[in-house]
Amino acid sequence: MSSTATVDNLEIPAESRLNYLNASYGIKSWLLTTDHKRIALLYLVSITFMFLVGGVAATLMRLHLIEPQGALVDPETYNRLFSIHGIVMVFFFLVPSIPATLGNFLVPMMIGARDVAFPKLNLMSWYIYITGAAFTLYAAVTGGVDTGWTFYTPFSSNYSHSAVIPVALGVFITGFSSILTGLNFIVTIHKMRAPGMTWFRLPLFIWAMYATSIIFILGTPVIAITLFLLGLERLLHIGIFDPAVGGDPLLFQHLFWFYSHPAVYIMILPGMGVISELITAFSRKRIFGYSFVAFSSMAIAVISFLVWGHHMFVTGQSVYAGLVFSVLSFLVAIPSAVKVFNWTATLYKGSISYQAPMLYALGFIGLFTMGGLTGLFLASLAVDVHLNGTYFVVAHFHYIMVGGAVMAYMGGLHFWWPKITGRLYPDAWARFSALVIFVGFNLTFFPQFVMGYLGMPRRYAVYPPEFQVLNVMSSAGASVLAVGYVIPLVYFIWSMRYGPPAGPNPWGAKGLEWETPSPPPTENFEEIPIVTEEAYNYPQLPEVARG
Amino acid sequence: MTVHAVHGEHPPGFAHQFEDMEQQREAGNLGMWLFLATEVMFFGGLFMSYIVYRTKYPGAFADGSRLLNVKFGAVNTAVLIASSLTMAMAIHSAQTGKKKPQVWYLILTMILGALFLFLKFNFEWRADYHEHLIPGFGFYVRPEWGGGGAHVQMFFLFYFFMTGLHALHMIVGIGILTVLTVMAARGRFYEQYYAPLESSGLYWHFVDIIWIFLFPLLYLAGGRYPIPGVTH
Amino acid sequence: MSGHVVPVRVYLAVFVSLLILTGLTTAVAFVDMGPFNLVVALVIAVAKMLLVVLFFMHIKYSPPLTRLVLIAAVLWLGIMVTLTLSDELTRGWEVKIQGLSAILPYFRALLP
Repeated sequence: MSSTATVDNLEIPAESRLNYLNASYGIKSWLLTTDHKRIALLYLVSITFMFLVGGVAATLMRLHLIEPQGALVDPETYNRLFSIHGIVMVFFFLVPSIPATLGNFLVPMMIGARDVAFPKLNLMSWYIYITGAAFTLYAAVTGGVDTGWTFYTPFSSNYSHSAVIPVALGVFITGFSSILTGLNFIVTIHKMRAPGMTWFRLPLFIWAMYATSIIFILGTPVIAITLFLLGLERLLHIGIFDPAVGGDPLLFQHLFWFYSHPAVYIMILPGMGVISELITAFSRKRIFGYSFVAFSSMAIAVISFLVWGHHMFVTGQSVYAGLVFSVLSFLVAIPSAVKVFNWTATLYKGSISYQAPMLYALGFIGLFTMGGLTGLFLASLAVDVHLNGTYFVVAHFHYIMVGGAVMAYMGGLHFWWPKITGRLYPDAWARFSALVIFVGFNLTFFPQFVMGYLGMPRRYAVYPPEFQVLNVMSSAGASVLAVGYVIPLVYFIWSMRYGPPAGPNPWGAKGLEWETPSPPPTENFEEIPIVTEEAYNYPQLPEVARG
Repeated sequence: MTVHAVHGEHPPGFAHQFEDMEQQREAGNLGMWLFLATEVMFFGGLFMSYIVYRTKYPGAFADGSRLLNVKFGAVNTAVLIASSLTMAMAIHSAQTGKKKPQVWYLILTMILGALFLFLKFNFEWRADYHEHLIPGFGFYVRPEWGGGGAHVQMFFLFYFFMTGLHALHMIVGIGILTVLTVMAARGRFYEQYYAPLESSGLYWHFVDIIWIFLFPLLYLAGGRYPIPGVTH
Repeated sequence: MSGHVVPVRVYLAVFVSLLILTGLTTAVAFVDMGPFNLVVALVIAVAKMLLVVLFFMHIKYSPPLTRLVLIAAVLWLGIMVTLTLSDELTRGWEVKIQGLSAILPYFRALLP
């Protein structure tokens, strides 16, 4: 598959054909848009900015950790750095990333609709996101919080001298952005599919977004009320989370993790949906086990709500509850494993090409598997007693979040960029930065598994000297990783002006979104398509057809 | 899926991302129910916390509960139930094409909602303030609570937060009803299009249901039967 | 729902039932039934909720999807409460699980 655009039909330069980008001009046409595609771009810009903010915090942390006694900041500041890194990355980058950008852009297109069910709510959800982000950023620059992104009580409610309430308020507000996005997607997917687009002909990305939206709806309100209670406690000091007056700090943790565990599935499920699209497109093959992959997304959404106590094995939770949560946590690994098996089986005898999106997808499969398996170590109660609170946990979730979710996000951006902007980016640079990211990522986070296993605690500004080599490796990796993320920023922006025009389907992929011009017109389709074929209906090679 | 109607035939209130009014109505209905699901989980966190502490400190929570005015609580419950009836009747009027009754029922619903708030704020909460029962605003630990004073305060925190959050939802609801009343007075709702009324009705009934659970859990928690040796 | 018009007499019947149940739950609170006070109160509250949901909110006449949304919400609340209480209520329990450590002495005895 060539990496330059192969033109199927007469190519009209993007600038002269009417599309959603040039349909209207001026800042008002963007800030007051109800077009899901423009809203997706608004989100893309804001989310990228928040990613950079979180990345700066991470950079400072890793620079600091080059020396055992800390090279850069005092412990107080270090606490604030890891807190803001977590808060920004979780709530303002990972949770909205794929749903609000790729989801908003693609969901209506993939199902053959003209827009989402509630376009004005969609715009409102972006404004809510911006408002929440503004609160949190303001709080961050005036000192931030030192409680960690987990805001554990009674420290956060009774003892911390930091901007807990403004930050909590920012996160509270942004939660409503997620809720509205999830609501919009569920209604859109149920009610606005094109004729012939039955549930089992939907792209798996849609199944993944649907499952994610269920988590948005049922989980996010709980973090909202939790932060509300935290704020109230901080203001009034009644003691609902203070053991000194009979409050239960673990109640806060139950409330917090009831959302925050499913939240991590919010972060990974859309990525898994992207991977299903990438693997099929770059193996030019039907997905193996479509219904298994579709149902596994739903299973993950449901079971994800049953496992939150595994974050509380060592904080005082009852052993019996711990047992239950441990078993359930093992269960939740199964649907994820099902997906990995199905993706791998899809690759088998596929006609594989290694453009940038595929490199990200392949990287995802390996790194997500490692992250997932190490999650099982942590799900074992007895093992978690030793590993909890160490860098092992940090490495585990970064393998999933960065090695998994962020790589899927990058892969998706690279895959759909031609559709979104009508431009191609230089594939050689894209492949190069994918490799840089892969190398940088592993160099950053693999040493952390070792550190954690050897006992180095997380969230510490200083560490014993014997861990220095590993820390320096990790920091070196982080600088490589940073370079890997900056390069796409450069060529993506470059491509918007100088990239060659992309045709409707530069990858030759299957899907309704590829049957529109790039960039698409505002109304998505001239005529609503009528769907007659299954998803990923690539022509089957004779050997594959024989089985 | 219905056939896409010829453009220009759509009735007033139609939104163009939809194929037809039926799809729009179904989408709006589903959207409101999903929003109510989020509200269930939102209040649910509070209910859960309340249940946890009530289980841990039954005595203190019963002490606190008995200090609430059950007469006002019961009357307010009846007021809200009546407002749900009038809301349902407003929608019924729209469904049967009656314009004037729509407006009257909506106004009646608002009046009942305002009455609820009036009874609550002006009688219950004001009395609670004077009796020093509002945490953070001069809460006074009474000697008859023994060592459970802090826990009784917790009860009252839950009482004020839960009923306060409920009241906030009522106020928002009354705001929505105001807008709806104006729209109804202008004849915007009729047999084929009353979706905003239906959706707002769902919201209003939901707020009623929250109170249906708040009343027994908060006011009747410790029972209201006489306990030997206790005078209040 | 699809324009399903519920007769006014149904609404009135529901209204009266709700008032009766409210009176009932208030009256019952004045009777000492020990732990059953709470049970009765919750049962009545659930009954009232069902009346409002089925008739005022038209769930009885709604498509299965909307019922699923409601059931899911209630179920999820149940999950949150149940699993949290499973921790809160069992914290004081003695840990009696011995597992392998109980049979290790027997294996040790087998060693020369």
